[in-house]
Amino acid sequence: MSETTAGAGPMIRVDGLHKSFGELEVLKGIDLAVDPGEVLCIIGPSGSGKSTLLRCINLLEQPTEGDVWVHGIKLTDQDVDIDRVRAHMGMVFQSFNLFPHLNATQNCMLGQTAVLGRSKAEAKRIAEHNLVKVGLFDRMDYFPAQLSGGQQQRVAIARALSMDPLLMLFDEPTSALDPELVGDVLSVMRQLADDGMTMVVVTHEMAFARDVADRVIFMDEGVIVEQGPAAQVIGAPTQERTQVFLQRVLDPTHVREIGELEPIDVAPAWTHA
Amino acid sequence: MTQPDHSAAAALTTPSPSSPLTGLDAVAARKGMSPRQKTLVVRIVQYVVFVGVVLAVVFTANWHQLGQVFARSDVLRITFTSTTDVTLGTSKHVINGLLLALCNTIVYSVGAFIIGLLLGTVLALMKLSSVGPYRWVATIYVELFRGLPALVVLLIFGMLPVAFPGLQFPLDPYGTVWLALGMVYAAYMSETIRAGIQAVPKGQIEAARTLGMPAGMATRRIVLPQAFRIITPPLTNDLVSLVKDSSLVYILGLTAQGFELTKFGRNLQNANANLTPIALAGLCYLVITVPLGFLVRHMENKSATRAGAR
Ligand SMILES: Nc1ncnc2c1ncn2[C@@H]1O[C@H](COP(=O)(O)OP(=O)(O)OP(=O)(O)O)[C@@H](O)[C@H]1O
Ligand SMILES: [Mg+2]
Repeated sequence: MSETTAGAGPMIRVDGLHKSFGELEVLKGIDLAVDPGEVLCIIGPSGSGKSTLLRCINLLEQPTEGDVWVHGIKLTDQDVDIDRVRAHMGMVFQSFNLFPHLNATQNCMLGQTAVLGRSKAEAKRIAEHNLVKVGLFDRMDYFPAQLSGGQQQRVAIARALSMDPLLMLFDEPTSALDPELVGDVLSVMRQLADDGMTMVVVTHEMAFARDVADRVIFMDEGVIVEQGPAAQVIGAPTQERTQVFLQRVLDPTHVREIGELEPIDVAPAWTHA
Repeated sequence: MTQPDHSAAAALTTPSPSSPLTGLDAVAARKGMSPRQKTLVVRIVQYVVFVGVVLAVVFTANWHQLGQVFARSDVLRITFTSTTDVTLGTSKHVINGLLLALCNTIVYSVGAFIIGLLLGTVLALMKLSSVGPYRWVATIYVELFRGLPALVVLLIFGMLPVAFPGLQFPLDPYGTVWLALGMVYAAYMSETIRAGIQAVPKGQIEAARTLGMPAGMATRRIVLPQAFRIITPPLTNDLVSLVKDSSLVYILGLTAQGFELTKFGRNLQNANANLTPIALAGLCYLVITVPLGFLVRHMENKSATRAGAR
């Protein structure tokens, strides 16, 4: 292990990160450090490069320029065994990406047996432990097609946790879910944060970011525009781009601009006795 | 269900005077038939034509002659009871000829199918490889063996031991047939397998790589199992074709022990100057291929309903 000693210093460090797809420069110099146990939320408009940044951290995308360190290991070093490091970086995708030919427990076991070399019995025990943890004790032998979106995403979280990750990356984990299922997933993530997991979360859930994040980053057009404690970035943004974005996200119906409209939290007529 | 239907139909046929349908109704009345009546008439005509053709065939066909040609009872008996001497290592057995031919057909087809599957998978992976020469070799192979008639390939493989003295395929003639038909079908199957691999969403590979799997392991453990699930129906269709193409084996100089259904039927046909053995051999093919066809359709329906349920 090179450069810094493992464990000391930040869990994730990103230095001068650039990423281009052909002519299109998506990330234009990102500097970032995430401490162990920190929960970092990344917000920003569509196409601003949030996913690309996350995918550069575990090298699903190869950075064009700049360096990434995780746990003191320089991932952008050509000689690094990226598969070994990836095994300890959990990632949760917007579209779950569960393995459809395996049931929930097997989804959580495969990485453990195939990559970490754990015995089947041990892998099963750990898989079941994590499925219980995400509230799916009664769905362990269900296949992904038999689970709701929220349940699938929780299996995906359990699958990542089963690898004993040093950190977890979440790319809009609730964006593909029906509104009533979002809460289950968010409360699992909240629990993880409380347990001290290092987390980087790309999200549009402002309430979650405000309550759970230690720090919030607002990205736009490939750069970090503003960052700081959640209360500051979301509650009292100083940059105009952040203000415009938050106004649109927190107030998607533009009620105030239109005026006239009633507040929407009135109970619907049919609930009146 | 029926109640609203009735009322809707009534509304269409007897519109109130002020209804905008009045004009339409007048047009229909002039032609004398409602659309529903017309459909009925067309259907009746179709049934009449069908029954007419069937009756014509039944009454004009020379059933006695047909029976003599395709199902002569004495030849049937000969076909069912003929036996073949089989040598397995040092032991000798006498086995029912038709049963042996049926087994040989299955052994030839399944062996070639397995070779085609293995080689086809390698070719598909080569074609998707980032290494240029792999792609070129795979492309040339596929073009070559898809363009050649299977019969020609079989002939060449049959002649190879003659052309190269000392060359001997294992388990002759089985090895020869497996290799020749397997190599031809590998070309077809590789295209199917490649499509299956490409149908697996990219997120599956990403999820696997994120768990720390190297690329090869992700392919073996995640991509291929899903790809083969997707392409089981078309691959089963390939197996059906292979069962039929195994009949080409007759071109090789086989001993009776290696006869498959077609060769077996043809030999008895020549001996008896009658088509009954060949007709029976044909029936045996259907015994294999029709259930496989049903299986394919069952699988397709199942995957369709599963996709629909999601
Ligand atoms: N593999 C790729 N090839 C080419 N362009 C890409 C690729 N991946 C992303 N992009 C482009 O990079 C830009 C940033 O994409 P990215 O997915 O990082 O945005 P995002 O902030 O995550 O947006 P969203 O909120 O919609 O998920 C987009 O313009 C996108 O089209
Ligand atoms: Mg994104």
